[in-house]
Amino acid sequence: MEKTLIELHLQKNIHTIKGKLLLDVHFSIPEFGFITLFGKSGVGKTTILRMIAGLTKPDSGYINIGNDSWFNSINKLNLKTQKRNIGFVFQDYALFPNMTVEQHLFYAQTLKDSAHVNDLLEIFDLKGLRTRKPDTLSGGQKQRVAVARALARKPQILLLDEPLSALDSDSRLILQDEIMEAHKSFHSTTILVSHDVDEITRLSDMVYVIDNGRIVNSGNADFIFKEPELADLSYKGKITGIEKSKIEIELTENNPPTFKPGDIITISSK
Amino acid sequence: MDELFFSTFFLSIRLALFTTIILFVIGIPVAYFLSYSKLRINGLLQALISMPLVLPPSVLGFYLLLSFSPNYAFGSFLLKYFDLRLAFTFTGILVGSLIYNLPFMINSIQSGFSNLPASLKDASYTLGKSRFTTLIKVLLPNIKPALLTGICLTFAHTIGEFGVILMIGGNIPGQTRVASIAVYDEVQSLNFSAAHKYSLFLVLFSFIILVLIYSINKEFLKWKKL
Repeated sequence: MEKTLIELHLQKNIHTIKGKLLLDVHFSIPEFGFITLFGKSGVGKTTILRMIAGLTKPDSGYINIGNDSWFNSINKLNLKTQKRNIGFVFQDYALFPNMTVEQHLFYAQTLKDSAHVNDLLEIFDLKGLRTRKPDTLSGGQKQRVAVARALARKPQILLLDEPLSALDSDSRLILQDEIMEAHKSFHSTTILVSHDVDEITRLSDMVYVIDNGRIVNSGNADFIFKEPELADLSYKGKITGIEKSKIEIELTENNPPTFKPGDIITISSK
Repeated sequence: MDELFFSTFFLSIRLALFTTIILFVIGIPVAYFLSYSKLRINGLLQALISMPLVLPPSVLGFYLLLSFSPNYAFGSFLLKYFDLRLAFTFTGILVGSLIYNLPFMINSIQSGFSNLPASLKDASYTLGKSRFTTLIKVLLPNIKPALLTGICLTFAHTIGEFGVILMIGGNIPGQTRVASIAVYDEVQSLNFSAAHKYSLFLVLFSFIILVLIYSINKEFLKWKKL
């Protein structure tokens, strides 16, 4: 059985384009898992990552990482960002203009580990760019440096905030492979925020769909994104009676299904 | 005449150097606080620091002169407990100069911090780095042009300072008579050739300082892209 690494329940009032919204999410992530937070812009996905990182303080809730607690509003515990063993890849890369590629990786480490830095430079194809500064790199190269830097301190949890959104499709595919390789090699539990269904399907073990500040659906990517294909199993019918929680439906089209008592079905209405 | 001329300029440069170094040390933490703190007191602090920009130097000089005077509480306190006299001394004009130049240093550094993306600071924190390490290794190296502007503006502005120094320090050769005061004094004595010497030197000196600022800033921007 998979060991749960992260268990969290977070509540925070956030401001969105549509006005105030209560972000209220509760989920857990298995150790070494790769999960994705999926949803429209402004539903609070980045805020969730920032709260896990300690960059934004939740109004209430808790974040438990294994046997440790990083945040607990009841105990008034809020571990500093610096004390949380995370790697965070920002949407805008957030590379330091004064540092070379190699300096970025060394800066991220508490104890200098040249072998690990070389591994990262190799995996992310940055060996030839080690003395270059961010201003001279392309978008894809910058993104590689950002991911490699986040992994340089061997984080327990890797947080990726739409890391590939600004890249062209070829660069995306290459970097997806590199992220997957790094995820497998370094065993980081990874949380990705993404809008890209193909990317999510390639990378994630589990997807949480967020809407209006809440998790409205979860499951593996195939289940979440291929659900419309189940349409050929749909039937039309007419509700003939409702009594308490029992609904009686008379099917009006298609052949009668092979349902039997005890089957669990999903009903959608139009 | 030459000895007086050089001692006057030496005093101007000494005052400008001390003012710049002290304000640089004070300016970084204050500008950092103003840029990143969300306290409500920020507006008040910002207004206090920027007061010298809008106040006539004579007004600031007048109140400083009163507070430095041993006849008033602050001046008497300094004299009694620290044996320190500020009115009509070099230390006095230095304190006045520090207050008067505060906005030039702090506003320059603050604008440097404000122009940096907030994600740089956040990224450094997520890499386990403390606020101090982030300041030294990430923030300050990336606002070098703002630091340089603050240093040069403060230095050049102190060299050209007149009203505050005249009010607090008067015109004591070797102690408070700086170049800008000397120009005024020589004109009052109808000694136009001496006034011209001081003025020409001030014009050239200020011009060289400004050329240096822009050249170094340009070089820095080139270096940053390497």
